[in-house]
Amino acid sequence: MNELLVTCTGLTKRYGLKPALNGVNLELGRGRIVGLLGPNGSGKTTLIKILCGLLQPTDGAVAIDGQPVGPYTKSIVSYLPDRMYFAGWMKATDLFDLFADFYGDFDRAKAMSMCASLGVTPSDRLKTMSKGTKEKVQLVLVMARKAQAYLLDEPIAGVDPAARDFILNTILTNYNEDGTVMISTHLISDIEKVLDEAIFLKDGQVVLHNTVDAIREQEGKSVDALFREVFRARNYEGGIF
Amino acid sequence: MDWVFTEDRPIWQQLMEQITLIILNGGYPPGSRLPAVRELAAQAGVNPNTMQRAMAQLEQKGLAVGSRTAGRTVTEDTAVIQAARRERAKAAVTSCLRILEELGYIREDALAIIKEELAHE
Repeated sequence: MNELLVTCTGLTKRYGLKPALNGVNLELGRGRIVGLLGPNGSGKTTLIKILCGLLQPTDGAVAIDGQPVGPYTKSIVSYLPDRMYFAGWMKATDLFDLFADFYGDFDRAKAMSMCASLGVTPSDRLKTMSKGTKEKVQLVLVMARKAQAYLLDEPIAGVDPAARDFILNTILTNYNEDGTVMISTHLISDIEKVLDEAIFLKDGQVVLHNTVDAIREQEGKSVDALFREVFRARNYEGGIF
Repeated sequence: MDWVFTEDRPIWQQLMEQITLIILNGGYPPGSRLPAVRELAAQAGVNPNTMQRAMAQLEQKGLAVGSRTAGRTVTEDTAVIQAARRERAKAAVTSCLRILEELGYIREDALAIIKEELAHE
């Protein structure tokens, strides 16, 4: 087992001429909860998709547990996409069957007990569920795997604040000690207290990567406040319209 | 209990202060067993590593005693607890006096108003 779980060197992704990631260098250890923070269009989803092998980088290299992205890394990466990709006629239990077939590390019993504590009825069809409930099902699928890297793209955006706390607690109590959880979001104040580290992504580049404690000690303010400062929208030149 | 965090300081410091308070007011009596780090972290909704750091600091201050197998207990040395309680009380008085000073009270007036409030209660 490689000590560093994720390494990116000079990672670049362009969509046509438009750069989405611009020379990202990143090292992530194990047993950490990391916030991938940045405004819309800063490259969060692109970075996560490259780590799960859904996108090919234009340039640069990625290693997960010392291996290039491929069948092995996919077996140890658990990915929560930023949108639903399941058919409406399926029940949560159908999805459990699917995941049990695809992933050797999927723990069905754990998935059932997580459903119970999240208040999800697994025998319901997805199309009868609310948006928030579907997000909970997705989270159950992802967290019931015993993976090494959990890449969660906007896991709390669509649920109410009470469910948000519950979901964060689910993440906190269900990841294993060797695993690292990376959460992309812009709802920073909600997740700040569960994070070990924060990564600020701006225009496809890492502008800050530090522990939350160190940020608070050095800056004397929360990560949320620092984020607002770094990413403050500038007024349009020529005045307000 | 409710865990409340402010923006300006590291969370582990605030956790440590809040757990210290429970020890000082007897919520965790001397010699009693402290909950496991994971359990406390889940209660407070914080990262286990952060809670671990807060507990390690409690040990360093002598308020908690750790053992490899049996988890952590509150110290049985009541002198340490008394000293910590006194330190906390002093800090509270200092900050109270500073506020009164900002309001324009001189020392004697400050004392008078405190006595008056005590008599009221």
